[in-house]
Amino acid sequence: MATDVEATPRVSDERVRTTGLASRLLSRPELGALVGVVLVYVFFAIVAGDKNFVSLNALSSILNRAAPLGILAIAVALLMIAGEFDLSIGSLLGFSGMAVMIFISPPDAGGFGWPLWPAVGVAVVLTVLTGAINGLLVNVTKLPSFIITLGTLFIFRGLTIAVTRSLTSRTQLSGIDEIPGFELADTLFGTRVELSGANFNITIVWWVGLTALATWMLLRTRIGNWIFGTGGAVEAARNVGVPVSRVKLALFVTTALAAFLVALLQVVQINSADALRGTGMEFEAIIAAVVGGCLLTGGYGSVVGAALGALIFAMVQQGIVITGVDGDWYQVVLGGVLVVAVIFNNFIRRKAASR
Amino acid sequence: MSAEVAEALLETRRLSKYFGSVIAIKDISMLVRPGTVTCLLGDNGAGKSTLIKTLSGVYEPSEGDYLCDGELIHLHSPRDALARGIATVYQDLAMIPLLSIWRNFFLGSEPTKGWGPFRWFDVHKAREITRDEMAKMGIDIRDPDQPVGTLSGGERQSVAIARAVYFGARVLILDEPTAALGVKQAGVVLRYIVRAKQRGVAVVFITHNPHHAYPVGDHFVILRRGQVYGTFPKEDLAIEQLVQMMAGGAELENLAHELQREAGDDAELRKAVAVLEREVQAVAVEPATVEPQGDATEVPDVVPDGEITPEG
Repeated sequence: MATDVEATPRVSDERVRTTGLASRLLSRPELGALVGVVLVYVFFAIVAGDKNFVSLNALSSILNRAAPLGILAIAVALLMIAGEFDLSIGSLLGFSGMAVMIFISPPDAGGFGWPLWPAVGVAVVLTVLTGAINGLLVNVTKLPSFIITLGTLFIFRGLTIAVTRSLTSRTQLSGIDEIPGFELADTLFGTRVELSGANFNITIVWWVGLTALATWMLLRTRIGNWIFGTGGAVEAARNVGVPVSRVKLALFVTTALAAFLVALLQVVQINSADALRGTGMEFEAIIAAVVGGCLLTGGYGSVVGAALGALIFAMVQQGIVITGVDGDWYQVVLGGVLVVAVIFNNFIRRKAASR
Repeated sequence: MSAEVAEALLETRRLSKYFGSVIAIKDISMLVRPGTVTCLLGDNGAGKSTLIKTLSGVYEPSEGDYLCDGELIHLHSPRDALARGIATVYQDLAMIPLLSIWRNFFLGSEPTKGWGPFRWFDVHKAREITRDEMAKMGIDIRDPDQPVGTLSGGERQSVAIARAVYFGARVLILDEPTAALGVKQAGVVLRYIVRAKQRGVAVVFITHNPHHAYPVGDHFVILRRGQVYGTFPKEDLAIEQLVQMMAGGAELENLAHELQREAGDDAELRKAVAVLEREVQAVAVEPATVEPQGDATEVPDVVPDGEITPEG
């Protein structure tokens, strides 16, 4: 029964406004990541300032690196807020890129010789199916998605390598730029903008746009509320009528589609697909989401945070390259960032919960 | 009180539930009217939770009739019950600690604005309604954006009650809402029970604490060993009687025997035994005449007309 809101005087309104800005900020899950972005940038600006870390060129490198990871991290964050993992996302990246390439490659090279857009269409359908397989397996078996998708990680990767090699006797395919329909694809997925010598990829636009869209969806739609509810307490959410299984299924399909988009962007930009592409990306995306404030246990997190997490990731990568530190140290730093971020987030969350 | 003449919202007639050879509840007959608080009291194992789970659609009764608005109903799930306005607030709440109060309040029933795929969650409205509904229940929340996890146990119960009332609950079944709470928090919840009643809701308040039940209850249904031990309107029941009944005559008697054996010629202990025996007597005077298979109608001396359904 709806109640007339206007008729009731709001007594407590003025007190709500007095809630401190500080505590309001502290309750934002992305705060940690925002602080992290500033800290990491300042750190490398000091350490590598003389080596042009603070330049348009370095910025474009960072953003170009952050964007594809960020797109994956958005979808992974949504899924994580709903309380599930998708470890197969890196394999799906290789799978969907390779699917497009096999469909468009000429028959004499072992491909199907299709025009670009039908190939993309069928590859999208295949990718949706793989995401649905993940989701259905998790929903039906009720097993932890960590295990299920750890399995599908290997299945999809293995399938990609095996099928590609048996059809084309190679694991790398190129030549998308000779296929009819490439021009439109190049505009949509391959555009670069040059700004005084620095190249900015269109991937950045996709990344920012999808971050905005996903944030709106998470915070301002019913589905967003359901995602939080599903991850926060599955049974409680189910009891109040949230279609928990459908939410999870949709999110597994979303992560698969994110992998597809990144694969397509890379195929168009690099002009090739590799069966091994995306290896390890699943962990990078999870790290970005966690650094961005997502709880591993679900029910809490932010898309903006995950996008910032990807940015931190790229800055660390770029910073290490620019400072000239041995690349072998990269993983050490990355792991360190993850651990520090998780500790920091945990602290923030407790602070927020006790305000 | 107008409630006395109001039509029954819920009624059970000789409701029974068996789990294999176990008789969880047997021949439960009771009436629930709008604008009243019906307290369901009983010790552990008395059948309280089986009864409420049957009332709220989790279990289907093995025997007997369940009526809503005077019409026979068969509930297959809690959602069926909800559709009829029978809402249950469980002790382990259907609340998500990390979510804000207003998001919890509307979870699963979010108000939307806009059209088609661009429908969005009207968060402004959700915040307003949450604050207003809570205010109507007499709960002054500082900030609807607060995570539910930051609320006290009593406040959380109150949010759950306010939510059920807002979404059209006509019958509110509260499963031990004060059990895990301190005195002050329990008081808060009792206040909201009265508020809900004043808004015309039929409240079924399950508890084992007579001190929580007596102040707010209009009718008291006492369960013992899966059966209705007695049904009393408040006028016919003093709190002392309620306490005694809850203490359980049989247990008191056992305790008295036990003490007597130990007593010997210890004067102190003998005095204690005497006190216990007086209590046993007092309990026995009350409707302990209920026979094991008995229908509740067999205790007419304390049951006013129409309070218990005659043979259904």
